[in-house]
Amino acid sequence: MSDLLILNMSKIKQNIKRSLKDEQLCSAVLNSCLRSSAKRDNTVDEIDDLPAARQTARTGRQRSLDELDILHKQFETSFKSAGGNLHYADTAEEACRIIVRILKRANAHQGVKAKSMVSEEIGLGKELVQAGIDAIESDLGEYIVQLAGEPPSHITAPALHRSKESIGRLFAEKLHIPYTDDPVELTEIARNVLRERYLNAEFGISGANFVIAESGHIMVVENEGNGRLGASMPKVFIAITGIEKVIPSLRDIPPILRLLARSATGQRATSYVNLLRPANNKEDAPDEFHLVFVDNGRRRTLVDPLMREMLLCIRCGACLNICPVYRSVGGHAYDSVYPGPMGAVLSNLLGKEPMMQPELPALSTLCGACKDECPVEIDLPGLLLELRARAKKPAFERIAAASWRWTMSTPTRYDLAGRMAKLSGSIFGGVLPGKGFLNKETSFRREIE
Amino acid sequence: MKISLFIPCLTDQSAPETGRATVRLLERLGHTVYYDYRQTCCGQALFNAGFRDEARQLAERFICIFRDAEVVVAPSGSCVSMVKHHYRELDLAPDIADDWESLKDRVWELCSFLVDKLSITDVGARFPNSVTYHASCHLLRDLRVKDQPLQLLKEVEDLELVEGNWGDECCGFGGVFSARYPELSRAIADRRATALASGGAKYITGADDSCLINLNEAFKRIKVSQRTIHIARILAS
Repeated sequence: MSDLLILNMSKIKQNIKRSLKDEQLCSAVLNSCLRSSAKRDNTVDEIDDLPAARQTARTGRQRSLDELDILHKQFETSFKSAGGNLHYADTAEEACRIIVRILKRANAHQGVKAKSMVSEEIGLGKELVQAGIDAIESDLGEYIVQLAGEPPSHITAPALHRSKESIGRLFAEKLHIPYTDDPVELTEIARNVLRERYLNAEFGISGANFVIAESGHIMVVENEGNGRLGASMPKVFIAITGIEKVIPSLRDIPPILRLLARSATGQRATSYVNLLRPANNKEDAPDEFHLVFVDNGRRRTLVDPLMREMLLCIRCGACLNICPVYRSVGGHAYDSVYPGPMGAVLSNLLGKEPMMQPELPALSTLCGACKDECPVEIDLPGLLLELRARAKKPAFERIAAASWRWTMSTPTRYDLAGRMAKLSGSIFGGVLPGKGFLNKETSFRREIE
Repeated sequence: MKISLFIPCLTDQSAPETGRATVRLLERLGHTVYYDYRQTCCGQALFNAGFRDEARQLAERFICIFRDAEVVVAPSGSCVSMVKHHYRELDLAPDIADDWESLKDRVWELCSFLVDKLSITDVGARFPNSVTYHASCHLLRDLRVKDQPLQLLKEVEDLELVEGNWGDECCGFGGVFSARYPELSRAIADRRATALASGGAKYITGADDSCLINLNEAFKRIKVSQRTIHIARILAS
């Protein structure tokens, strides 16, 4: 285990080094984060009683978790009676199997996919390719990273690590077109490719921000209209979401939605808020309307009293935008589907077993900015600290910690260690890392002795 | 008032002048300052690294040393936040946990102690320099001490306070974080230092030596003339 930890650690460290060297990436990530955080501040701050608004949103999410089983039963009834097909997947593999089976049975080979972080979480893209199914990403950012063969580097802005120039080069290379870095032209090019694909799409796949227990609706929040096209044009539609995303009724949406859009993109509302439901009129709706609920560690987290709070997350990405670490290296450095503060926590809760990314909680200065930014007030630094306590530590860290504890346990040892540090500092001072902390002056306590 | 001084190990070893200035300041204000030689480390470094049991042992030690103090004052937001907020998360022995319950509200960060407990903003200091304030994260976000340091600085004679819209981003230190990811920590520090230096003030002050030393190194790296100085030293001048 400790060997594995060291190997994995070096991978994240390598990613960090690579990202820091990439000036284009660093400036694209930083500028995008700064812009998003500033826009977020402008619209979040205009809410009259912000603390109360956040508390209401948090309480709403909390209630969903407290009543999850009841809400799932309600949703099942309302969704099925509207004609929907409901599926539960305990694991990532099972979720992929279910989706591939639906598509094969419907003889659907090509389709369009809207944004879904859960689809990234379960590794759906790869499974579809292996099954010979062609799914093109229809969200512009997702389309860009799919073309580049990369995972998204942000949960709401998947391609934020790329400048318009690098997107221009990517389009020129992959689509065999003349180079342009004009964002309007680039968007038009992607739009033309995607429009063509919509017309021939045999299926649509999308994530869901929430599902509504009382009415059986699936809520998809988006800005490009690709979500609603993909949900209405093809004959088969599959939505996929985490089991924690059920909320009681349509009335519970506004308190969360007003904070979600503002926190994510600084918009008062997104361009589209889709409430999708299976319909009997098959002219305007898909023949098959599926929803796949993914557990993948969520039930386990629900009964973990300290970590349960993470399931309140509404995936706005504000904690990524404000994080000094994320701002410096972007999402790919985290080596995990979900990056940033929320990702460093979530990646250790989801999956086959807990603590599959034990180094990630250390990838934080614990500055606490994420906690202040979070619309549902998740104590992200607290959760990171708890995960640091749970992580298995390599031997050298255990020895260092034991030595520190031993040294600090008596004033005599502490003073002796201080003198030794100063002595070694005066001998090796110039070459030691963190040399700014070596002060050759007598320590405060020895002087007033 | 009889004040028990808590000088964090990092300040003691790396910035002893902060400790001396804290004593001068509090004595000048007419208080008796007491320093208990048994004190070492509050346990924050171990706690942040995930070593809860080791941290608990140092926390219990800290509580036993300070439990009878009238007030405990420290020139550090981050160590005070450890004692006031995070000792709760350590599995303290029951009797020591009781002592902590009564102790925690008597532990103060220096700026907050002056403004909130003693209701003083003018400490009779004179510092004829331009100064920009950097809010350290635990002071700002854990202890919610935001305006107090600025109130104190505004009353210092001949001090020119340079404020700007450079926000409250972290300096990138993060204790063990800076040891584990030195390049990343430096990248964050350099960015923060560049922002703080853009105001042109001669000194950058704050209430945590860890952040200030980290920023001072960054100022040297990015080759600007700014240097850091702990707020206790300005207030004691």
